[in-house]
Amino acid sequence: MLSDSQRHHVPIIRFILIQNRAGKTRLAKWYMQFDDDEKQKLIEEVHAVVTVRDAKHTNFVEFRNFKIIYRRYAGLYFCICVDVTDNNLAYLEAIHNFVEVLNEYFHNVCELDLVFNFYKVYTVVDEMFLAGEIRETSQTKVLKQLLMLQSLE
Amino acid sequence: MCSALWERLIDKTAPLSPGSEDDNGHEGPGREKLGRIQFSVGYNFQDSTLTVKILKGQELPAKDFSGTSDPFVKIYLLPDKKNKLETKVKRKNLNPHWNETFLFEGFPYEKVVQRTLYLQVLDYDRFSRNDPIGEVSIPLNKVDLAHMQTFWKELKPCIDGSGSRGELLLSLCYNPTANTITVNIIKARNLKAMDIGGTSGDKALDGYSKKKYVCKLLFIFLLGHDIDFGHMEAVNLLSSNRYTEKQIGYLFISVLVNSNSELIRLINNGIKNDLASRNPTFMNLALHCIANVGSREMAEAFTADIPKILVAGDTMDSVKQSAALCLLRLNRTSPDLVPMGEWTSRVVHLLNDQHLGVVTAATSLITTLAQKNPEEFKTSVSLAVSRLSRIVTSASTDLQDYTYYFVPAPWLSVKLLRLLQCYPPPEDGAVRGRLTECLETILNKAQEPPKSKKVQHSNAKNAVLFEAISLIIHHDSEPNLLVRACNQLGQFLQHRETNLRYLALESMCTLASSEFSHEAVKTHIETVINALKTERDVSVRQRAVDLLYAMCDRSNAQQIVAEMLNYLETADYSIREEIVLKVAILAEKYAVDYTWYVDTILNLIRIAGDYVSEEVWYRVIQIVINRDDVQGYSAKTVFEKVGFADYLTLFTYEILLLQNQVSLVSQCAFCPLIQFNLLHSKFHLCSVPTRALLLSTYIKFVNLFPEIKATIQDVLRSDSQLRNADVELQQRAVEYLRLSSIASTDILATVLEEMPPFPERESSILTKLKKKKGPGKVPDVEEIKKERNSDMNGSTEPASVNSSAVTMSTPSTSTDLLGLGPAPVLNSVAPPSAGGSLLVDVFSDNSPAVASLAPSAEENFSSPRIGSTDVVFDDPAAAVHDADELVDKYGGALQNMSVKLPVTLNKFFQPTEMTSQDFFQRWKQLSAPQQEMQKIFKAKHPMDTEVTKAKIIGFGVALLDMVDPNPSNFTGAGVIHTKNIQVGCLLRLEPNTQAQEKDLIR
Repeated sequence: MLSDSQRHHVPIIRFILIQNRAGKTRLAKWYMQFDDDEKQKLIEEVHAVVTVRDAKHTNFVEFRNFKIIYRRYAGLYFCICVDVTDNNLAYLEAIHNFVEVLNEYFHNVCELDLVFNFYKVYTVVDEMFLAGEIRETSQTKVLKQLLMLQSLE
Repeated sequence: MCSALWERLIDKTAPLSPGSEDDNGHEGPGREKLGRIQFSVGYNFQDSTLTVKILKGQELPAKDFSGTSDPFVKIYLLPDKKNKLETKVKRKNLNPHWNETFLFEGFPYEKVVQRTLYLQVLDYDRFSRNDPIGEVSIPLNKVDLAHMQTFWKELKPCIDGSGSRGELLLSLCYNPTANTITVNIIKARNLKAMDIGGTSGDKALDGYSKKKYVCKLLFIFLLGHDIDFGHMEAVNLLSSNRYTEKQIGYLFISVLVNSNSELIRLINNGIKNDLASRNPTFMNLALHCIANVGSREMAEAFTADIPKILVAGDTMDSVKQSAALCLLRLNRTSPDLVPMGEWTSRVVHLLNDQHLGVVTAATSLITTLAQKNPEEFKTSVSLAVSRLSRIVTSASTDLQDYTYYFVPAPWLSVKLLRLLQCYPPPEDGAVRGRLTECLETILNKAQEPPKSKKVQHSNAKNAVLFEAISLIIHHDSEPNLLVRACNQLGQFLQHRETNLRYLALESMCTLASSEFSHEAVKTHIETVINALKTERDVSVRQRAVDLLYAMCDRSNAQQIVAEMLNYLETADYSIREEIVLKVAILAEKYAVDYTWYVDTILNLIRIAGDYVSEEVWYRVIQIVINRDDVQGYSAKTVFEKVGFADYLTLFTYEILLLQNQVSLVSQCAFCPLIQFNLLHSKFHLCSVPTRALLLSTYIKFVNLFPEIKATIQDVLRSDSQLRNADVELQQRAVEYLRLSSIASTDILATVLEEMPPFPERESSILTKLKKKKGPGKVPDVEEIKKERNSDMNGSTEPASVNSSAVTMSTPSTSTDLLGLGPAPVLNSVAPPSAGGSLLVDVFSDNSPAVASLAPSAEENFSSPRIGSTDVVFDDPAAAVHDADELVDKYGGALQNMSVKLPVTLNKFFQPTEMTSQDFFQRWKQLSAPQQEMQKIFKAKHPMDTEVTKAKIIGFGVALLDMVDPNPSNFTGAGVIHTKNIQVGCLLRLEPNTQAQEKDLIR
């Protein structure tokens, strides 16, 4: 467990994962240094923890020393890993905010959009979350910026 | 994807396999059946309108893997390629009916006849380029446009080449075991000329292709394959001037940087240029890259620049946001490198920024910095309060973009409330008043009817509410707010959203610890107990247990403990151990009378069985022994339950209790014989340490009830005790038997005196749970288990080395070793030293009992003839015992004083493994007569290999299988460590089955 002095050096969001039900990773964004094996292990563990839960369960799961806040959209699980003391609902809604932006940007987003436009998804993530913190919450502002960037292509 | 290419490949490569040649021949080279299209064309001279009707298609080829196509038609009037019209896509249809009419209005006839109507049929692909199926073109001057004419035309292959850039022959092979795909690229033909010179060659890639290939590499990497090339291309892209190329370059670096840190130095220059570029898009890319990678090299290179960008007046808002978080990241990875300076005060003022996005980012930065330097950022408190107050009092539409489902800036509010949690309540009365007002407003809003039925609305609202409650708890100074918070949470306890129930339980847990709200929390006890029984999610039930534990005090302890015990019967295995700990602590802490305590603990042990850790019952015994008033009751209850005890743990515990209070048992109704029989009936079920304890209990019975002495001696004398494979048990049996037969009543009474009371000290289980309740609210079960194990090791391990010293064998020279098999032990024990046997039974040297015992043991070594009386202790609350030290002590005593001490050497054997060759080499070295000893004795029982093996291991040496050429012989080896010398011992047992004799050679 982290002591108080260490806690300051740790980002609030440890990682963001988007996985489908079969456990295929559709997006992995890491805000802490993990080596490749560790990443793979985390991905598998998160999948195992999240997929067994049903709709009556909470959207929060304790996981190692952290907690996972997740929400399922069709076949995709959007997971954010944060500190146990962090505000659960704020991150739950941050996920939804993010999904609404994706939906608007890709016009009815589906799993394959995330696969084939992965580089755009990374841009969206960086607009909304940076350095493990929430960067921008206004959907209008994010979409405006994304459309501006798209016009440069 | 690429299905068109596939189709063609399959088709074109067909001649490579024998027997398919005539397929090609009939149709003529390259002629495929592409189907046909029906359409009509006409011109209306009055309106100057050209009408094109696309009617239907027939027998179109399948272009998708699914065996169909998704056809649609593009209509051009060549040579104009810019303006085109398209039909709708007909899904999965090879004979589509489009029936769509297209009008080219205001098109003069003279122009129309110069055009060519060009129809292209394509297969729609969502994720790649559409595949052309075929085309038809009609020069409009060849058609009589005055009448609407309908045509059926065969589709021709597309010649413009938009789908054809050449062909590639490749083979794919998937190997499922190695999880690899092998791609062989065999050859290519009809490649499109790409270079200006008209050929493709070794020339450097242009920016576009470079971007394309790096992007593909990245895609492959993200699919989980290793990429070990392309890094240089990515670095090149990064310094491109085009956004798309730059973006891919940065993305490649951010994603792959873990595996190649060499890259960072290469890109630093590019990043520096972008930061200085004053182009906000490029600056953001660079800042995001720094924030994502955050390595020390980057911190060294950029910590000077980023604060400047952050506070410069002309920096764009979006760049400020990125710069703030980028600085935050660098501050976390290399805090020593980020200089505090005059920029810090200007950062605080970003809380007043117009742009709420900037405030959001800045708040995160300030929170992190303030945790480390609270003094320097103290001014942020009043700014945060006023910002917060402006947000919470704003109408739901005031903040426009930042209103989320009618909640104004929920994330920013949460962040501001978090920042305020870095500080104590504001000292300035005005600020404090304003903050209290804010918190009240937030609490009021929770009571208002929701502005939307959407869960997003209530989630966002409650996110702010929970954070406000955290702040209220953190300040712990406004009783009014605390109670209101508690009532609000009480409502949530019965909410239909599982999330809210969970969070309310969690939050209440912290509220319960405040003196102001503890009573208010207690009023919800029934709801919480109900949650424990009905919640479907285990994590919610766990929170309910936590809350019950937190709200427990003297007034409700009985109820809570009873409910927890109730729940324990059906609880999930994952949380049982924690509940057991909690019940044990609560029962002890709030016990009003100790009979209740004893009953509770016994119940606990009965229900949870194996989940009760040793610590718990050690603690129980400590308590019971220290309280004279409960001893009688507990002994009696325990004894009544011995008969139907199911769990081994329970039994072990009971024995411990009994053993130390045998005297009290005499007060109970049973006659000693029945008691003894009850106990002994369980003997064979117990583990070795438990049996050892049982034997000690028996000897205490002897002391107290001389009338059953004979029965007990019989038990001790039985073969299963005296010849037990375990040295410890054997030794105890032997010693106790001797003790009971030779010692006088007085000596017996002294030796077997009752346990003295334990000194009061803090319960080890409480310390454990305290640790659990540390910084995080969630206990780290793994860690606790580990700790507990190490503690347990401390107390169980010594049990096996636990030395009861009897018998004599004094090695005057290191090699003069007596071979002592299981039988000889019995012989050598016969003459006990006249002055009284020295019994040192040590479980622990941590407790004061042992502190006094250790010196007395030494005393006895130095003057062994003094009739000493030592006390037999089995201290169950033993903590740690340093076995090595004890061994050294004995060894030292033996060497220096050469007094005959009652020590069996085999206690100190360390098993040694060696090969057959080693064994016999050493065996032969021991040739001197005093170095070896042989004993031939008649075995009393038929020999069983497994039993013998067990006995040899129990003797303390390592069993060496397959060493002796004669497979029926047993061999073993061990080392005795003394302070000065290590002595090796070899053992060979040659059973003679017919004669039922064993040769024991050492």
